[in-house]
Amino acid sequence: MRNIWTIANRELKYYFGSPAAYLVAFMFLIIIGIIFYANVVYAVTNQYAPGIDIVIGPMVTVLLFATPAITMRLLADEQRLGTMELLLTAPVRDWELVVGKWLGGFLFMIVILALTWLFPLLLNQIVDPGIDQGILVSGYLGLLLFTGALVAIGVAVSSLFSNQIAVFFATLGVYMVLWLIGLPGQASGGTGSELLRYIDISEHFYNTFYRGIIDLSDMVYFLALLALALFLGTVSLESRRWR
Amino acid sequence: MIRVEGLTKDYGARRAIDHLSFHADDGEILGFLGPNGAGKTTAMRILCGYMPPTAGKAEVAGYDVVEQSLEVRRRVGYLPETVPLYPDMTVFDYLKFMADLRHLPKAGERVDDVLELVGLLDRADGYVANLSKGMRQRVGLAQALLHQPEVLILDEPTIGLDPAQIHEVRNLIQKLGRERTILLSTHILSEAQQVCDRVLIINKGHIVAEDTPERLQARVSGAQRIAIRVGNDGDGLEAVVRKVSGVLRVTQITVGSVEFETTPGTDARPQVARALVEAGYDLMEMRPIGVSLEEIFLQLTRDEPQPPEVWEGEPGPEETAESTSASHEEVNREG
Repeated sequence: MRNIWTIANRELKYYFGSPAAYLVAFMFLIIIGIIFYANVVYAVTNQYAPGIDIVIGPMVTVLLFATPAITMRLLADEQRLGTMELLLTAPVRDWELVVGKWLGGFLFMIVILALTWLFPLLLNQIVDPGIDQGILVSGYLGLLLFTGALVAIGVAVSSLFSNQIAVFFATLGVYMVLWLIGLPGQASGGTGSELLRYIDISEHFYNTFYRGIIDLSDMVYFLALLALALFLGTVSLESRRWR
Repeated sequence: MIRVEGLTKDYGARRAIDHLSFHADDGEILGFLGPNGAGKTTAMRILCGYMPPTAGKAEVAGYDVVEQSLEVRRRVGYLPETVPLYPDMTVFDYLKFMADLRHLPKAGERVDDVLELVGLLDRADGYVANLSKGMRQRVGLAQALLHQPEVLILDEPTIGLDPAQIHEVRNLIQKLGRERTILLSTHILSEAQQVCDRVLIINKGHIVAEDTPERLQARVSGAQRIAIRVGNDGDGLEAVVRKVSGVLRVTQITVGSVEFETTPGTDARPQVARALVEAGYDLMEMRPIGVSLEEIFLQLTRDEPQPPEVWEGEPGPEETAESTSASHEEVNREG
């Protein structure tokens, strides 16, 4: 545990001292802010009360692009700097390194997510009699699990390359496959399609958390995806030693 | 303590080290000497637990590097060839991070101690990115010393340092070597001669010689080199010495003094002395010069006999050439 925290702590310090990380956080909030403003204006002109989904919905999509920008450096940069040799010869288990990297990236993403609470607070002031608290809680719980899994995938992909740009696009590619794989399932039907729809990451968000439902099976899905990604990341790191 | 038996590492088809066996005792400084690409770094990485060997056994500080990798890593201080540093951290933070990874009690104080040891206390709050090459090297060394390891493995520790720093680091290594085992690699021969108790010359993954620097010198100096000086003007001295049988090469140093080499196994000194006196020279000095480690090194790493059965699939350095030529053929066929 101590090693995990030592590694996560270094990552956090890096992010809070890095202009690039601030830029990603800033862009994230700006984009959500613009969409939020546009939705509120649209709702006012069409005379209906906007729900919290006008914040949570776009956030899911923007997270797909923001997360790899934060996670791409995690293991790739260690390889580029040669510091991987340092970490792999320190008395640290490979999985501790991977989990520590994940925790560092995840905590920074949580900070960004926490800042978006500004929008629900704002919306609560605008809308009468206030927003649906249930959807707010389930939506953010879903976002937390979703982000945790995305960061874990990012760490795993980051172990494969030493070039951050390559990691960014490869991570985005994995996200997109997981995001869209349910579509052919929806089109065809049958048992194969059931499986594809189960793998699809969006199926576990939009049908439940997004609508104010907290379903245990969806929580299990995200935690399993997270654990699998961290496991594969560890295997990939271990395999580096054998090359 | 380091004990290595039959250590072998293949990178794909290329064999980086081939059945290395050696040992280093406590309080011993063992030098790894060899040209670039000889397998020094590979061997050191295996001993640090960075990667497992393809075959063979290695024990460091009493633990197996594969089975008890974490125990080994707790007891080894390692300075890699390119010092791995985080440019975004201060020197102190970097060392504190490494100390925390090693669970050192009073990590901050320990960091200050090692910084003082390597003479970087005044740069503790400077960023790693702004350090000179020599300073980076010393930060790397500080990192390796943090946990007062039983075994120190230093890959080219003095590379990039200025002469004064080289002197300091060598003294530091010698001081540290009194109570622990140090394995250091270098291609600077005078360094091995100065610092190491024992030298291991390694070439193409094989150990070609292993001995104390002095004994290595003596072993190869079957060919002797001797300097002579005469009292009078010394005209024609070179010619006189050259005519003596058993003399190989004569070089004029100054007027009245020359150096000559003898054929291996013979001692031409009496004949040379007689010839000089007969020619009317006043022989003032005749002094054997040891063959330098440099020459031994070149001799050992160059004159290695080529294994004749290259194409019979005998694993060896020649296999690389074979596989590359094979892939060339493939490319040609495709083209």
